[in-house]
Amino acid sequence: MESTILKSENFSAWFGENQVLKKINIEIPRNNIVAVMGPSGCGKTTFIRCVNRMHELTNDTHVEGTIFYTKNDIYKMDPIILRRFIGMVFQRPNPFPTMSIYQNVIAGYTLNGASLRKPEKDELVEDSLKKAALWDEVKDMLHRKGTFLSGGQQQRLCIARALAMKPEILLLDEPTSALDPISTAKIEELLFDLKKNYTLLIVTHNMQQAGRVSDKTAFFYLGELIEYNDTKEIFTNPKNEKTQNYITGRFG
Amino acid sequence: MERGIQIRKYKNIVLKTGVVLFTVIVTLPLLLVLLYIFKRGISAISWDFLANLPKPVGETGGGIFNALIGSAIIIGIAALIAIPFGVSIGVYLSEFRKTKLAYWTLLSVDVLQGIPSIVIGIVIYLWIVKTMGSFSALSGSIALSLMMLPSIIKSTEETLKLIPDSLKEASLSLGVPYYRTILKVILPAGISGILSGVMLGIARIAGETAPLLFTAFGNPFTNTNILKPMASLPLVIFNYAISPYDEWHELAWGAAFLLILFILLLNTLTKLAEKKWRVQF
Repeated sequence: MESTILKSENFSAWFGENQVLKKINIEIPRNNIVAVMGPSGCGKTTFIRCVNRMHELTNDTHVEGTIFYTKNDIYKMDPIILRRFIGMVFQRPNPFPTMSIYQNVIAGYTLNGASLRKPEKDELVEDSLKKAALWDEVKDMLHRKGTFLSGGQQQRLCIARALAMKPEILLLDEPTSALDPISTAKIEELLFDLKKNYTLLIVTHNMQQAGRVSDKTAFFYLGELIEYNDTKEIFTNPKNEKTQNYITGRFG
Repeated sequence: MERGIQIRKYKNIVLKTGVVLFTVIVTLPLLLVLLYIFKRGISAISWDFLANLPKPVGETGGGIFNALIGSAIIIGIAALIAIPFGVSIGVYLSEFRKTKLAYWTLLSVDVLQGIPSIVIGIVIYLWIVKTMGSFSALSGSIALSLMMLPSIIKSTEETLKLIPDSLKEASLSLGVPYYRTILKVILPAGISGILSGVMLGIARIAGETAPLLFTAFGNPFTNTNILKPMASLPLVIFNYAISPYDEWHELAWGAAFLLILFILLLNTLTKLAEKKWRVQF
């Protein structure tokens, strides 16, 4: 039986007066890839930004209900600690422009003031870049600026940077929407490898992508979780009419 | 139809010539002023001029060593005071844009930028020179640091505003606390803009005379005690230029030449720094 790593209970979120998430109940099993899919403005990005408590960084926002990470209520945890367990990759690649590729990978440690010995750093960098399938492409230029890489490489660098922190969960917010098809394919392949060691929560409005990479799919619409099931089930036999309409391209 | 096009073409020519003409009219006198100062000043420069103290009236020779040292100290301390305050305020303004405090701060900065330097001199005279009981280099530095602030604050704020939020989020999502994100990610990414603000600020105050008249006051001898009156280049220029002696006029030209050279150098350095440390996002 798979264990649940993340679970939300009647979770709602607001931007000012505007409720963007309505009583979301969802359980994410460990070592799965869960795709969060839905049309623009359905709250999918807000949902994963709540999981690592980035939502509250925007002014005038609040939440109700709660989310559990294993047994812990994340709203009772220190967000700084929480974010070390739950890594995030953003829509646009955002390597630190002042740092080299090498420094970018270990940025989570250096920025936090942790002092690592050189061999530890080297190992961490190599290991993380290998996991992000970037090592072979950059191993001879680790000391060039991260922004020098192509968009797809930058995104994998950002994944390596998140993985270096040894998180349990990786949140990906439309990680391929700014990339070309070849880079996208590479990242999707990579996601598949990563699920052995991590739980992945990926936001996408690309249905094919959800179908290709995920084990389970959650369909969000206007802030509500309409349907959540095994990906195969959602795509072949959707229970809800809205899901069906979305999948067949009748709206969204 | 044909005629309409002809007229438009003429209008084009008139506008283009007009723009070039006005640019030349304004630039030419500026260049002439620079040229004149260089011509008059360069002949005054010599080792004696740089390394000696001023001589009493009637004796030939003499230099401005005291003023060079004084200017360096006064400007240095002004920068030391202004940089931490200026950068902090700039960070605050860019991070908490919508607060009331930010609104009023921005307004005060704009007003501060427009306050005549002599008024700042008088205020510092009342606040610091009067309370401390004597003219001092320190009070001069404080007056100048007030004049530097707007340039540092504005450039810090504008630079940091341009840094994408995604960078901050990248850092926060790695579990980096907010204060470390600002210090280690945001400020380094904006270093070129902040540095150029600082250097333009220094260039702006280097030639300020009015606030120093009431504060640093001037000193015919070399002084390194910041609690005592101190000489500085602009004061030397002022005092010598209004004197009736030709030789002192010569010294004033030399000092003016050095000052302009310094400001020119700063502006060039600013451009270089902007290029070298510009961060690509």
